[in-house]
Amino acid sequence: MRLSRAPECTAGRQDYNLLVIGGGSGGLACAKEAAQLGKKVAVVDYVEPSPRGTRWGLGGTCVNVGCIPKKLIHQAALLGGMIRDAPHYGWDVAQPVLHDWRKMAEAVQNYVKSLNWGHRVQLQDRKVKYFNIKASFVNEHTICGVTKGGKETLLSAEHIVIATGGRPRYPTHIEGALEYGITSDDIFWLKESPGKTLVVGASYVALECAGFLTGLGLDTTVMMRSIPLRGFDQQMSSLVTAYMASQGTRFLKHCTPSRVQKLPDGQLQVTWEDLTSGKENMGTFSTVLWAIGRIPETRSLNLENAGINTNPNSQKILVDAQEATSVPHIYAIGDVAEGRPELTPTAIMAGKLLARRLYGQSLDVMDYSNVPTTVFTPLEYGCVGLSEEEAMARHGEEHVEVYHAYYKPLEFTVAERDASQCYIKMVCLRKPPQLVLGLHFLGPNAGEVTQGFALGIKCGASYEQVMRTVGIHPTCAEEVAKLRISKRSGLDPTVTGC
Amino acid sequence: MAQPPLPPPPRAQTSPGPVKVGTAPNRRLGSVRGVLVSSPPGRRARLSSPGTGRSSSEAREELRRRLLGLIEGNRVMIFSKSYCPHCTRVKELFSSLGVQCNILELDQVDDGANVQEMLSEITNQRTVPNIFVNKVHMGGCDRTFQAHQSGLLQKLLQEDSTYDYDLIVIGGGSGGLACAQEAAILGKKVMVLDFVVPSPQGTSWGLGGTCVNVGCVPKKLMHQAALLGQALNDSRKFGWEYGQQVKHNWETMTEAIQNHISSLNWGHKLSLREKSVDYVNSYGEFVEHHRIKATNRKGQETSYTAAKFVIATGERPRYLGIQGDKEYCITSDDLFSLPYCPGKTLVVGASYVALECAGVLTGLGLDVTVMVRSVLLRGFDQEMAERVGSYMEQHGVKFLRKFIPVMVQQLEKGSPGKLKVVAKSTEGPETIEGVYNTVLLAIGRDSCTRKMGLDKIGVKINKKTGKIPVNDVEQTNVPYVYAVGDILEGKLELTPVAIQAGKLLARRLFGGRLEKVYHTFFWPLEWTVAGRDNNTCYAKIICNKFDNYRVIGFHVLGPNAGEVTQGFAAAMKCGLTKQLLDDTIGIHPTCGEVFTTLEITKSSGLDITQKGCG
Repeated sequence: MRLSRAPECTAGRQDYNLLVIGGGSGGLACAKEAAQLGKKVAVVDYVEPSPRGTRWGLGGTCVNVGCIPKKLIHQAALLGGMIRDAPHYGWDVAQPVLHDWRKMAEAVQNYVKSLNWGHRVQLQDRKVKYFNIKASFVNEHTICGVTKGGKETLLSAEHIVIATGGRPRYPTHIEGALEYGITSDDIFWLKESPGKTLVVGASYVALECAGFLTGLGLDTTVMMRSIPLRGFDQQMSSLVTAYMASQGTRFLKHCTPSRVQKLPDGQLQVTWEDLTSGKENMGTFSTVLWAIGRIPETRSLNLENAGINTNPNSQKILVDAQEATSVPHIYAIGDVAEGRPELTPTAIMAGKLLARRLYGQSLDVMDYSNVPTTVFTPLEYGCVGLSEEEAMARHGEEHVEVYHAYYKPLEFTVAERDASQCYIKMVCLRKPPQLVLGLHFLGPNAGEVTQGFALGIKCGASYEQVMRTVGIHPTCAEEVAKLRISKRSGLDPTVTGC
Repeated sequence: MAQPPLPPPPRAQTSPGPVKVGTAPNRRLGSVRGVLVSSPPGRRARLSSPGTGRSSSEAREELRRRLLGLIEGNRVMIFSKSYCPHCTRVKELFSSLGVQCNILELDQVDDGANVQEMLSEITNQRTVPNIFVNKVHMGGCDRTFQAHQSGLLQKLLQEDSTYDYDLIVIGGGSGGLACAQEAAILGKKVMVLDFVVPSPQGTSWGLGGTCVNVGCVPKKLMHQAALLGQALNDSRKFGWEYGQQVKHNWETMTEAIQNHISSLNWGHKLSLREKSVDYVNSYGEFVEHHRIKATNRKGQETSYTAAKFVIATGERPRYLGIQGDKEYCITSDDLFSLPYCPGKTLVVGASYVALECAGVLTGLGLDVTVMVRSVLLRGFDQEMAERVGSYMEQHGVKFLRKFIPVMVQQLEKGSPGKLKVVAKSTEGPETIEGVYNTVLLAIGRDSCTRKMGLDKIGVKINKKTGKIPVNDVEQTNVPYVYAVGDILEGKLELTPVAIQAGKLLARRLFGGRLEKVYHTFFWPLEWTVAGRDNNTCYAKIICNKFDNYRVIGFHVLGPNAGEVTQGFAAAMKCGLTKQLLDDTIGIHPTCGEVFTTLEITKSSGLDITQKGCG
């Protein structure tokens, strides 16, 4: 399988300044920027169907099976909550309230298709050549592309950017996992409601999917082996899951699945081991969703033909600060590159900056520090900078001051919603002026709240400066500017009154 | 919790207690005769000393207490310098009035500089003379003479020096409550007077002011109700299914909102009680200097006195002054607790209040028209304002531009009734008529300053707007009267601004510290072998907490102090901060390097003595 098919590639060769492999967020941004700078650019993109047969168009994970459909379905779930709130605010909504998955999926999928089309048009407008072919390296300047129909094309370029991203991982030793399970590659393209669902994993993908499925009224269970949201602040992570549990998501903690079997009625019977008790348990679900991590799309690229080094464990491509691989004119950006955050905006910015360095006399390299992000669980979690654990590890507990508050969003009051998990934490250096190291926000519109503070932290904001910022009243974000209680003080961080 | 100010500690050797002129040693006493002066006796007073080994924050607090003791314990207290001509003028003034005063000559006591530093912390005034009359900070020479001319000085001198309260705050809104609570935390005896004069439609509410009762809070909750209407529309596209007929029930909404507000009113009361702030639900009116008359709902009058006053009465909606406006129109004071759905509504005005109300009512499904005299959202970016307007128009709000109402007439009584509105064009003779269920005026707000006896004590207000001009420290032209919030001239009308300003004001008035002092002893290397005393050389910097810890004071006691200081003086000119000092690499081994490693703040009270080889 690793054998190069280059000798068979006999089709005509086409030369480009830049060849981008992978039409996702990073690849498209890089290609468009290079074309803007007057270069001859080609993008090759090919979506290998998922084991369940799901496939999609140009735009990569974010547009098709990631951020975009995820946030839209999250919104659908939030709307369910608003329908429940509405009567408190005087709206008479006739019962029963039902949800039609088909209708939602169709609307979401139509929107995604319009984005696919938009990406095609943008490439055309910028005169970027687009090939729907599956690429593999022939040598360090040439790739061979194969179409769905088996037709082959040879493309060569001065510079090559690998931006093939990643795909969900299936467990390898669990009977029935591949045959009966689905992943995030499939969930957004399901025509019918997944019904009672078991989500396996504790990544943000797992929690987000479980969150919106619960919000849409489905019986949803999350099975996790160890901790939720590894790498995120652990106090915040446990609040995230606590809120989900309060909204009806079931959690099976310290459990691992061992077998998935299909019952005669089409239901899936899952057997799992409870790691705490050592006992074996069983349950029946309509859908099993694996969200146990992602693997980079490097296996079919024949990287060894070009001499590109990868991390043997992660299979990701090793890169330097300039995004260059072990082969100087070949670069890798986005999820496929080792040590990079797996986030759309970082891939886009890295791609753009790379094109500018290559063709625009710029020297700017991507700064991967203090990248903000938001987890769109039912109660959203926005963060930027260091987690409390990371700050303690880097600076020592005695040098870190953590300011925090439990607050109640005004909208929750009339709707009589429980705000027990609405919580903000700012991690600062203890030494004045108390540089802000990290901000963690759990509550509605967390992404919107976090973005501006991310800029502040980028500008080197100190705790004192945040405290001198006048709040916008009445919002949740103003609570950030009112964080007065330090953890060290031991005082009650619950915000009361106005 | 409110405690009376501590009297000066009875430690003779450190107290600059007043002494009769005749008994004072041969210190120069200026040209003042027959007055009490506080020139120290033969023993040299050290009000605070870094060299005692005692916790320096304690020493500092003691100095503060002592100064407050002098201020509170003397009818007239003058902090002066013997050679200062302005000080001499003031002394002569009091002398000519036959008033005995206590004088501390800062140039004749060892701790003059410390005293001056502490005074600037207490009064925000660094210069001398610094004059207090009956505990009231008068200011300097000019202000004292002004007060003499206006008669205020004489009144202050007549005052009985014991007041009921350290501070009375008039107005229990965001700014007033923040100021009152902060002052109480700082140990002062504080009263809040709050009284809501019912709107012309009879609406009134509880403690908390505009934001809580008839502003931000109910506004945002109704906004949320309107957004939920939009969400209900959206939800069908996201696959949610329920009966087609969705109606909005105004009463359910207002009841829920009013319940939440009641809980906030209660919370404010509770929080005042917890901090031992006296809350009186009465209307406050000045009757003479330092005295206020409080009238409750039943018309019973009580009178209270205080050393200082903060006016935080805020604003109320303005009326048009046309036929039928007060009888038939409502304002934002009434809307949020209106017991019935307002129906077809005319909103008059183009302020953010007007557009927010119009947006909410439209979102709840009502027929809404906005009548605008000229531009939308004056003061905001006009392109953005127009975009707000066109979004609203697309979503069903009707706009009548360049018209002003001239008459409102009731056609039918009811809840709501029917009103006829006649309006005329601002550009020509054209008039139009319309029939609405409700007319909501949102044409601006007026300060509540005209009926509170401010003229009795001479507090200046802007005759046109009713707003109160204040200086940079929120002080009115009458030294003991301050003002915060919406009634200030030229300041922002926003809740968080008032809260912040109120807190800072209380800290300035009653001793919250704005600066942080870092200090240490050090032992010059050259002294060690020589066996000279350790814990004699002393380094201190003063940083402004609210200005990124900018260094505002630099002090070094030790060898080559001039040489050491010069460079840092230049750095201070360049905006030196504590952070920059910390980031600077020391030159080892020197005395100057001590400034790059200052860690202990005075307020921490931590030990700064050097033990052995540091």
